[in-house]
Amino acid sequence: MSEDVQAPVIALRDVSRVYGEGEAAVRALRGVDLTIGRGEFVAIMGPSGSGKSTAMNIIGALDTPTGGSYRFLGADVGGFDRNQRALLRRDYLGFVFQGFNLLARTPAVENVELPLIYKGVGRAERRERAINTLKRVGLGHRLDKEPSQLSGGEQQRVAIARAIASEPEVLLADEPTGNLDTARSVEIMKLISRLNDEEGLTVIMVTHEPDMAEYAKRIVQFKDGLIEADAPNDTIRKPDMEQPDVR
Amino acid sequence: MFAETVRQALQAILRNAMRSFLTILGVIIGVAAVITMVTIGRGSSDKIEADVSKLGTNLLIIRRGAGMGPPSAGRSAPSFTLKDVEAIKAQIPGVLAAAPSNTSSVTLIYGNENHQTTVTGTDNDFLIARDWDIALGREFFSSEVSGGKTVCILGATARRKLFGGGDPVDQTLRTEKFSCKVIGVLEAKGASSFGQDQDDTVLMPIKAFMRRIAGDQDVSSIYVAARPGASTDKVKSDIDALLRERRRIEPGEEDNFSVMDTKEIASMLTSVTGVMTGLLSAVAGVSLLVGGIGIMNIMLVSVTERTREIGIRLAIGATERQVLTQFLVEAIVLSLIGGLIGIGLGLVLGYVGSNYMRIPFSPDWTITIIAFVFSAFIGIVFGFFPARRAARLDPIEALRHE
Ligand SMILES: Nc1ncnc2c1ncn2[C@@H]1O[C@H](COP(=O)(O)OP(=O)(O)OP(=O)(O)O)[C@@H](O)[C@H]1O
Ligand SMILES: [Mg+2]
Repeated sequence: MSEDVQAPVIALRDVSRVYGEGEAAVRALRGVDLTIGRGEFVAIMGPSGSGKSTAMNIIGALDTPTGGSYRFLGADVGGFDRNQRALLRRDYLGFVFQGFNLLARTPAVENVELPLIYKGVGRAERRERAINTLKRVGLGHRLDKEPSQLSGGEQQRVAIARAIASEPEVLLADEPTGNLDTARSVEIMKLISRLNDEEGLTVIMVTHEPDMAEYAKRIVQFKDGLIEADAPNDTIRKPDMEQPDVR
Repeated sequence: MFAETVRQALQAILRNAMRSFLTILGVIIGVAAVITMVTIGRGSSDKIEADVSKLGTNLLIIRRGAGMGPPSAGRSAPSFTLKDVEAIKAQIPGVLAAAPSNTSSVTLIYGNENHQTTVTGTDNDFLIARDWDIALGREFFSSEVSGGKTVCILGATARRKLFGGGDPVDQTLRTEKFSCKVIGVLEAKGASSFGQDQDDTVLMPIKAFMRRIAGDQDVSSIYVAARPGASTDKVKSDIDALLRERRRIEPGEEDNFSVMDTKEIASMLTSVTGVMTGLLSAVAGVSLLVGGIGIMNIMLVSVTERTREIGIRLAIGATERQVLTQFLVEAIVLSLIGGLIGIGLGLVLGYVGSNYMRIPFSPDWTITIIAFVFSAFIGIVFGFFPARRAARLDPIEALRHE
């Protein structure tokens, strides 16, 4: 992919997504314009069914829009084939899911190595990078634990480590705290905002919880497949303000 | 990268060791069956060849009918006569011995003992041709042969069955139609290739056999021994020419008898085991195919079961090709493991079977390699469809899969 460093990381123009055809057609997105620059931390909010996940899937190149254009670092993702989209995900994107989605019966370190395997990173380097990444998320002592031996918060941190192990441009998180209790959620949000603050990682996160959206620097509101509001978050919480550091 | 894929495949297989084992059971059984069949088949052929070559390189057997078909094929051809036997002995210089041989199944009675055995009507030349010595007593007197006296020479088994440890010489056996004085006992020869006991036999003069058992003057086959140093081929062609003349076969007409040397006898006998081996191997081959379908089935189940995993891999950036390769390699590695275990098991079973059947252990390495390659082939063929299915999954759908 030829990237244009001047271009915004993500630029959606009049993006629509229709599921199905004719009478039964569902218009999940109805013309979304969204530009996200490098280093931003965007929270996407909105009622259920408003099209948040649909937009995330399109941004994550897991899905293609039925109308409009999507440019990633200036490149027209709409013209990408399946293989090119896979490479875009591999080289520029990291995913974190609500359900963690770790490989079962696979040690944490091997889960984190996974994207590096597909990138063709050699074995020794891969292991080293995976270990370092796990240390960055505070799991240096849990390398060999399998998902079933880890708490939900720990599993989500492994998932974050996996998403950032290949040093992506953008971290995409669809309800990353949806399955966690408040304490774990705060832990995860602190980790994500630290990655955004300290390493300049661009973060796009879908959340239902205003408390979690507070960690973002910009909040985008979806409603009925359209962006209803898009504004900087004026009450940005500083990571170390009130909650004790759980690390 | 490829070594990495294989390593990952092995990991995935070991993570589900039990299911993996059940998956490849079909391939294991198929390969093991093929290897066992071929090993035992070859062993029996070797054993037959060894047995027949023990008959001596100078033995010729003359039978009715053309070619080397089963004995019944010669039924319609005219049989030989004692004159033919005499002519062969008298007129062909390279012939050391020529004996008629007619056989029939007869029940012999001695005291309270009853034993059904094969009675062969022949003469002393038979002992020379078959290289068979007398262990006890004597061979036939020429007067007994020419006069057709009902005297018997017992094989070791016939003797044991009727007399136990006792001395049979000069005792009298009875049958339904005649009685027979025992004059000697043959040395034990042991079982032949087909597990048939060669010692379960009784010899009597051919003329006695004709009069008391057969009721006609026919000679069904002739055993000939060539003189040491004489060319078997020459003797063979001389016999052929002589018999053609005696049986009035016109030039250009086909023989209605056959003269076989030991090599031909061996190949006639082994062709039977060859057909058996071929048939059984075909059955085993079908079970291999079924094994392959088993692999496909389980791989399909595995793809469905691992849909979510595939979704994760795709989301993380695995390309279609990488996922395809992963599942294909997994199927190939699986069936290769199956092939290897099958080969091992087949060789062990072949070894045990050979020992049990008292034939040489004779594995066929070509077939072994073919079985190995074939199991990889099965992996490719039956692994491809599930692998492609995995690779083509929609990542969003796959991630949503429970
Ligand atoms: N694969 C699909 N086929 C048909 N309709 C779909 C599909 N995926 C989503 N939709 C519909 O598109 C609309 C938007 O769905 P989407 O998942 O983007 O909502 P969301 O904002 O993420 O909701 P939630 O907060 O519940 O996760 C919904 O009406 C949904 O029913
Ligand atoms: Mg959603």
